[in-house]
Amino acid sequence: MAEVIFFIAAIGAVAGAVGTVALRNPFYCVLALVCHLLALAALFLLLRAEFVAAAQVVVYAGAVMVLYVFVVAYVGGADEPLTGSTGSPLRLASLLFALALFVELTIALVGTSLAALDSDGSPYKAGFGTPAQVGELFLTKFLVAFELASLLLLIAAVGAVILARRRAGLTEPHEISVADVLRRPNITAGSGAPETMIEAGGPPQR
Amino acid sequence: MHLTWYLIVSALIFCIGAGGVLTRRNPLVILLCIELMLNAANLALVGFSRVHGNMDGQIFALIVMVVAACEVAIGLGLIVALFRRRLPIDVDELRELQG
Amino acid sequence: MSLQTFGWLVLAFPLAGAVLIGLTFKLGGRIHGLVGTLAIALSFASAIGAFVKLQDLPHESRQVVAVGWRYAVTSGLDAKVSILLDPLSVFMMLVVSGVSMLIHLYSVAYMGGDRGYSRFFAYLNFFVFSMLLLVEAANFVLLIVGWAFVGAASYFLISFWYRRTTATAAGIKAFVINVAGDVGLVLGTFFIFKHSGSLDFLTTFGSVQDKFTHNDGDLVAGCVLLLVGAFAKSAQVPLHTWLPDAMEGPTPVSALIHAATMVTAGVYLIARMHPLFEQAPTAADVGAIIGCLTLLIAATIGLVVTDLKRVIAYSTMSQIGYMVMGVSSAAYAAGMFHLMTHAFFKALLFMAAGSVIAAMAGIQDLDRMRGFRRAMPFTFGCMIVGGLALSGFPPFSGFFSKDEIIALLLARGDWHIVLGVLGYVGSLLTAIYTFRMIFRAFYGEPNEEARELEHGHLHHAEHPTNPMTGEIEDTDVGFPGPEHHIAEWELPMKLAMGALAVLAIVGGVVQIPKVTDALHTFLEPSFADSHIYATLEPSGTLTWIGLIIGAAISATGIFIAYTLYVRRPAVPAALRSRFAPLHRVFVNKWYFDEGIDLLFVRPGGWLGRFAATTFERVVVQGALVGGSTGLVGLASAAVRRIQTGYLRYYAALLLLGITSLGAYFLVSA
Repeated sequence: MAEVIFFIAAIGAVAGAVGTVALRNPFYCVLALVCHLLALAALFLLLRAEFVAAAQVVVYAGAVMVLYVFVVAYVGGADEPLTGSTGSPLRLASLLFALALFVELTIALVGTSLAALDSDGSPYKAGFGTPAQVGELFLTKFLVAFELASLLLLIAAVGAVILARRRAGLTEPHEISVADVLRRPNITAGSGAPETMIEAGGPPQR
Repeated sequence: MHLTWYLIVSALIFCIGAGGVLTRRNPLVILLCIELMLNAANLALVGFSRVHGNMDGQIFALIVMVVAACEVAIGLGLIVALFRRRLPIDVDELRELQG
Repeated sequence: MSLQTFGWLVLAFPLAGAVLIGLTFKLGGRIHGLVGTLAIALSFASAIGAFVKLQDLPHESRQVVAVGWRYAVTSGLDAKVSILLDPLSVFMMLVVSGVSMLIHLYSVAYMGGDRGYSRFFAYLNFFVFSMLLLVEAANFVLLIVGWAFVGAASYFLISFWYRRTTATAAGIKAFVINVAGDVGLVLGTFFIFKHSGSLDFLTTFGSVQDKFTHNDGDLVAGCVLLLVGAFAKSAQVPLHTWLPDAMEGPTPVSALIHAATMVTAGVYLIARMHPLFEQAPTAADVGAIIGCLTLLIAATIGLVVTDLKRVIAYSTMSQIGYMVMGVSSAAYAAGMFHLMTHAFFKALLFMAAGSVIAAMAGIQDLDRMRGFRRAMPFTFGCMIVGGLALSGFPPFSGFFSKDEIIALLLARGDWHIVLGVLGYVGSLLTAIYTFRMIFRAFYGEPNEEARELEHGHLHHAEHPTNPMTGEIEDTDVGFPGPEHHIAEWELPMKLAMGALAVLAIVGGVVQIPKVTDALHTFLEPSFADSHIYATLEPSGTLTWIGLIIGAAISATGIFIAYTLYVRRPAVPAALRSRFAPLHRVFVNKWYFDEGIDLLFVRPGGWLGRFAATTFERVVVQGALVGGSTGLVGLASAAVRRIQTGYLRYYAALLLLGITSLGAYFLVSA
């Protein structure tokens, strides 16, 4: 029974992954990832990590992905054309790299003699994976990590607000951003050789 | 189930995510693929935690989730900022840091 | 106060004087002259105190080392700031500080009106400090420091009138040759230190018999290098070419540095290093031969030069040749005796020459001087006293000292006898050129300046000119001042010259052969470890014969000069045309300057030009600078192509890196 569920969940996860990567419309990619996450939660349950599975569904699929959906809706996901300015050589090379990595990892896994990999694992202890145990560990052994994680969340929240806010002042018409200046050719029409990068219109081309 | 299966699945998802990072041009999708890779790592962690009977792996996986959430927040904030400034949402166009 | 305190005070006073004058140089008037003279007077008083305290010690233990502080004392190295107070150094201290005091007094009046008056006294005090440091040094390090400082002071003072190009060129020439000597000194020190393991004098001298075999190669090399240093400082052939040019400096400078003190540093060095030289007689012989050569060459040149100060300069060179010859042949006390008497009469001669040049309003040409006898009686008297002492006329001091050296050389036997005979020849030439100078300047019909002076009016040139090239100058800072001072009218000059004249007359009493032996006995503790010093003494007959021959030679020389320049003035011109080639060689100073120019200056210039143009351009700029920067540029251009700006490219590289890392670990497992 466990094997069946495993295979279904595994196939679902892989399918979700492939969908995320291959689908053209970003919105569809987000939805594919949600599927992937739910499948992964099932895999977690199989591995007796109940709390992690719940967190996966509630936090990851529930909150993070909802955030993604909002942003995709705001930014707008235009269908991406298949070929880009980098061309297919890079595409091909990337796929090859990924494939190489997978092959390597498989060799590592299958070819090693890690004793634990062949066994069924340690016997199941009561309370393994329960929220009680997770909480206890968080507050005793991994207290520092816990606190730092909360600090990190604070920083991320503040950072996101700062990054995404409407900056007052820069949208004034007479103020220019450095990016615009660099894009504009001959901004300071001086005589002679350009002395600064602004004059030259960018870094020197070698 | 043998742990090996879980790990192979994890490796597969990781490599698919890596391929996606390298191939896609929309930064949103690239972030999604990074999420894939993180999830693959989570799966491996939880798998090993089950094998050793040690809860540490699960705790690690939870922390990874927290980090992933933070990173997503920042990344999406960046993309929103890009969108606001009417810059193209295409990593191939955004290459000011060249040379 | 103890001996050591006096030793340090002797050094401290001139240094304090130099610093004080240097810091307050804006004060005008003659205050700095008096301050400088006072500093040296106090130093001389401390030297006398040291002398008295030294005599209190028992005869055997009269070599006292006073350590100031330990500079670099580790295993294998013992460089301390320490002074050695023994009869030799106290003797030198007395001579240096005493003569310097008198010359300072002379300069108080002589340099009056010069815009650089304060600077002059600061430099002069600094020089005295350096010279005293040199003679008091108890180890090679401090000796080298004093040596270098003295060279620097000489440079400052020769180029004192720094807007005169001839003066600055002379200063550079002196300094470069001195530096060549310094190199010899330092290398010599190294050769000796390599074996002796100690930089301290007494330790090195004590262990010379153990560390070196007789005429050991390294010791001979070290001593010859020390001689190179001594020759450069004491203007011996072939490193002598700077001394005549150094007459560009003011006359007190010539009197102090280039007659009495600095040029005698080489003689002091050889005397101080006598244990080394006695263990390496080859080097000592080199010194004696060079000393002999120098005294003859300088005497021949002195016969024909026409610049008053240069005659005296060449005579200095010649007399130091005597001293070098003496101390290289183990006649240490005699050499030091001649050093002392020479300081007296040579300084006196220079001072008198300064007076005459002032009367001539700065002109130094002997051809233009005539008949100053009636106009300047005091200067004439001093000149005569100095001249008689220089010529070795009895009973002046020079007679006893010069004769002692020659007598000891003859007593030494074997080939030193040749040196002694040549010493007599040089003595004859000395008498001739000295009195040539005196008779030409003071006898005959008084010239224009002399006649003006007889009427009580000092001649002033319309425009001050450079005595060598005749260029017109002004009298502002960097050039000689507008005033000229002669001895007859200035009391300080009279006092100084008078004191030196008295010393030149009676200075010989300390070492009259067979009568008094004061100097020899006094210096004995310093030379106690010499196996020649105590025993080398001319026999009674030899002494008397020597004295008689010496007196006869000096009388003959004076008579010849009198005949040539007073009774029959046409003869010198006739002689000059008869011996024209010889005369040409002498006038061109034996072509030493041309030789050095050909051997060293031209190749040096060529090398410099080559380096500056070709080498710099091709090798340094092209290969080294251009090459390395070009390589870096190429490499970074290659690496820069990775920075495409594409995010995915970077991510691909990242993945590639991880993959290869994993592959590496997989393979190695």
